[in-house]
Amino acid sequence: MRLYEMTAAELSRRLQSREVSSAEVVRSFLERIDEVDPYLRAFITRTPDLALKSAGEIDSRRMRGETLHPLAGVPIAVKDNISTLALRTTCASRILENYIPPFDATVVAALKKAGMPILGKTNLDEFAMGSSTENSAFFPTRNPWDPGRVPGGSSGGSVVAVATGMAPLALGSDTGGSIRQPASLCGVTGLRPTYGRVSRYGLVAFASSLDQIGTVSTTAFDGALLMNLIAGYDPLDSTSLPEEVPDYRAGLEPGLDKLRVGLIRYGRVDGFDPEVTEAVNKAASMLEEHGAKVGEVSLPLTDYGLSAYYLIAPSEASSNLGRYDGVRYGFCADGDSIEAMFSRTRGEGFGAEVKRRIMIGTYALSAGYYDAYYLKAMKVRTLIRRDYEKAFKKFDLLLGAASPTPAFKLGEKTEDPLQMYLSDVCNITDSLAGMPSLAVPGGFHSSGLPLGLQLTARPMQEKLLLKTGRFFEEQRAEYPLRPSLDFLEERGGDYEI
Amino acid sequence: MKYEVIIGLEIHLELLTASKLFCGCSTAFGREPNTNCCPVCLGLPGSLPVFNRRAIELAVTAALALNSEIRLWSRFDRKNYFYPDLPKAYQVSQYDQPLARGGYLEVDVAVGKRRINLERVHLEEEAGKLVHAGHSIIGSGYSLVDYNRAGIPLLEIVTAPEMHSGREARLFLEDLRTVLLYAGVSDCKMEEGSLRCDANISLRPEGSSILGTKAEVKNMNSFRSVELALDYEVQRQEKVLSGGGSVVQETCHWDEENKQTITLRGKEGSSDYRYFPEPDLLPLVLENTFVEDLGRSLPELPSERRERLREQYGLEKEEAFLLTANRELGDFFEKAAKAYPVYDNLFNWVQGDLLYQLRENDKKVEEIDPNLLAGLLQLLDEGSINRPVAKELLAEMVQSGADPKEMVRERGLERISGRDRLLPLVEQVIAENPEAVENYRQGKNKALAFLVGKVMAATKGRADPAELNRLLKEKI
Repeated sequence: MRLYEMTAAELSRRLQSREVSSAEVVRSFLERIDEVDPYLRAFITRTPDLALKSAGEIDSRRMRGETLHPLAGVPIAVKDNISTLALRTTCASRILENYIPPFDATVVAALKKAGMPILGKTNLDEFAMGSSTENSAFFPTRNPWDPGRVPGGSSGGSVVAVATGMAPLALGSDTGGSIRQPASLCGVTGLRPTYGRVSRYGLVAFASSLDQIGTVSTTAFDGALLMNLIAGYDPLDSTSLPEEVPDYRAGLEPGLDKLRVGLIRYGRVDGFDPEVTEAVNKAASMLEEHGAKVGEVSLPLTDYGLSAYYLIAPSEASSNLGRYDGVRYGFCADGDSIEAMFSRTRGEGFGAEVKRRIMIGTYALSAGYYDAYYLKAMKVRTLIRRDYEKAFKKFDLLLGAASPTPAFKLGEKTEDPLQMYLSDVCNITDSLAGMPSLAVPGGFHSSGLPLGLQLTARPMQEKLLLKTGRFFEEQRAEYPLRPSLDFLEERGGDYEI
Repeated sequence: MKYEVIIGLEIHLELLTASKLFCGCSTAFGREPNTNCCPVCLGLPGSLPVFNRRAIELAVTAALALNSEIRLWSRFDRKNYFYPDLPKAYQVSQYDQPLARGGYLEVDVAVGKRRINLERVHLEEEAGKLVHAGHSIIGSGYSLVDYNRAGIPLLEIVTAPEMHSGREARLFLEDLRTVLLYAGVSDCKMEEGSLRCDANISLRPEGSSILGTKAEVKNMNSFRSVELALDYEVQRQEKVLSGGGSVVQETCHWDEENKQTITLRGKEGSSDYRYFPEPDLLPLVLENTFVEDLGRSLPELPSERRERLREQYGLEKEEAFLLTANRELGDFFEKAAKAYPVYDNLFNWVQGDLLYQLRENDKKVEEIDPNLLAGLLQLLDEGSINRPVAKELLAEMVQSGADPKEMVRERGLERISGRDRLLPLVEQVIAENPEAVENYRQGKNKALAFLVGKVMAATKGRADPAELNRLLKEKI
């Protein structure tokens, strides 16, 4: 087994026992990136020199016998909407193509403090708006299980990096499914923590009341390792939660006795692949066989979730993205007047989907429409939260699908925004309710593509999610899942990007 | 037709915090442009706001001083608009759930006291500042932006439309300033922009109960210009209305140089700010005890002080008003009064010679030690020095801060009195001025004053005038 094929936990063990150096580990991943990334294009910016430098520093500290964080020396990839000091943070947008933040996001500062070398910044849908990573202003990222398909989005780059061994861990962000949906489309584990559990300071805002940084990993245990590092109260984020952070690694051993699981009965959702439903039902049976009590649950108001989400998120986005006006940083177009400069900067700097959402949001917040759209959507959001509270009186955990279908083809939904929005339908209500939610691999589709399960728990119950995720891993012979990447050899250097 | 003028004011006030509303940057005025800035107040991507507790304390204190009702649950909203001085393209403000509602201020106007009611008091963040190339916003080639000011806590106070002239608006504003200075929440400097005022003004036929179309007047940078601008607007609107025309709703700019208002934009240019609750902040929930504690520690306010000054020192209404309006002068008076409890005399000296000397020497009353004046007046009352000497000593005291008592001792300025010391001087003057002596003997009283003057000149004004008179009369 090569280093890049190992889990973060295994790398951590070997680093701590000094079987390998961080420099060796980082080099292995960098080589893997050189080999794979030209075809899949998960990274917007690669930082091999920086990664090797911090690996070297960690190695010498370890040589000196310093006590280090368990993840010290384990490299990581960071979604390119998370601010990194002196390192370009583009949000996959022309408007921030050359923006270099003068500060680290709180989570990035935590990575650095722990001594995790950063391999680079990963691709996403522009400003995290999208479900396929095709909305990147630079290039799309491809699904490693079938390069003709999308990896999902918006955290497509982070997910593909982890799925293919270009990074053992990655940070993503999830507003309405942006970690969970691509995780399920690429066969990895993605955790959206409780809203406020991980600081948003430094995460470039898309929809502030929904945005949450989370983990991408090949196993639930790796997710727990990373959560131990990034979760917690941050005085720089007023919406971060003050509650104590548990040791997410502890007590992940299986034992599902008396676990009450609610199997989500979806309302009318078009385009739900029957094999997805089958995979979810199978997962429910597995839980039942191991002692869990499974019942059905319906969240009636979730039918309105998508509509509410696509009013609230664009409304907040229309405000959050106002600052890109060309005055202080980022792309700036000329204009005869300040208004002309503003409108040309924004007209040329933003891509189509971003502009669409800014328009929707601006409309929804306008005088005369506010009550009918934004306010109504906020009321629906409250009712959705109540649906969850009610469900969690009967159940400890909700089980459903992380995506209605396996990965779809590149270009398949780019012309039809509504179809694209529907691919988040499974993820959105958890986001609106602020609940923690985990996507774990749930077997394969007949096409050979991975399918994902989604587990949702009460606020702060990330551990229960990770524990159940780990249970599913243990039911499988081979873990982590690795795509074969046959196409690399078949197509060689001729593969058309 | 006679018209009734209706004016409502919107006042913005920079609160006296050391750091900004949502970050730790300094609020110091006059620094090098764009040096008091950080990712938060520059609105860099990914930055988030965190409340400054001190700003909330000061806002609550101000609202309490204005008799406003504090709302224990309030909320912050985003006011969205594009402007280069607004780093996030939204201002964090309070919209439908402000910090405080209602309130009032008792204002002394020509016809006695009037209560001007307030609509609301809320907290928001300050924008940056555009520095226009050229003279003003109109016809500027380009502008530079200074974000030092961006994010300073700003209190917005909105009055009811209850003022009826430029003069009333000015009086209200001056009183408001005094109250807020006493409350210690702001330095209220209109010239530096820490106190700003916009006005809505409309006219209606006397007796009508329907409000006329209003104009919003901005850019009034002093109390005087508030009065001038509003008086100008009254005349302008009056002319329009009596000419049969109608006032157009607009925002106008007070042009200080040409003393007129200029239309900045019409109603069609008014913005839809798309307010919505700020998702990066939690609602502001105040504990009752927090508000009560601030209420208890509220400093004495001007109206209370005026009453107390009148009672405690037996001052007249106008006297108490002077010492209240000029807070530092009042403080000076009260400190001096402790050491020199002859209040009416003290007030006369403070109001007269002291203020005169402060003006002459361009000094602030805070620079003067009140005990020195008290000591000086004691010397005078004891008869140790003469009045002209006292006046000279006061001037020197203001200039250099020297102690009058020491000056008297060092320079030997005490009054010369007693027969033994004065008699030789009297005899010498009589001997040297036979003509004046003769004149006095013939009944010319003026001649005596001449002789007194001679002795005074010889003693540099130190001779005891009463005794001198007596001795001269006796000897002639």
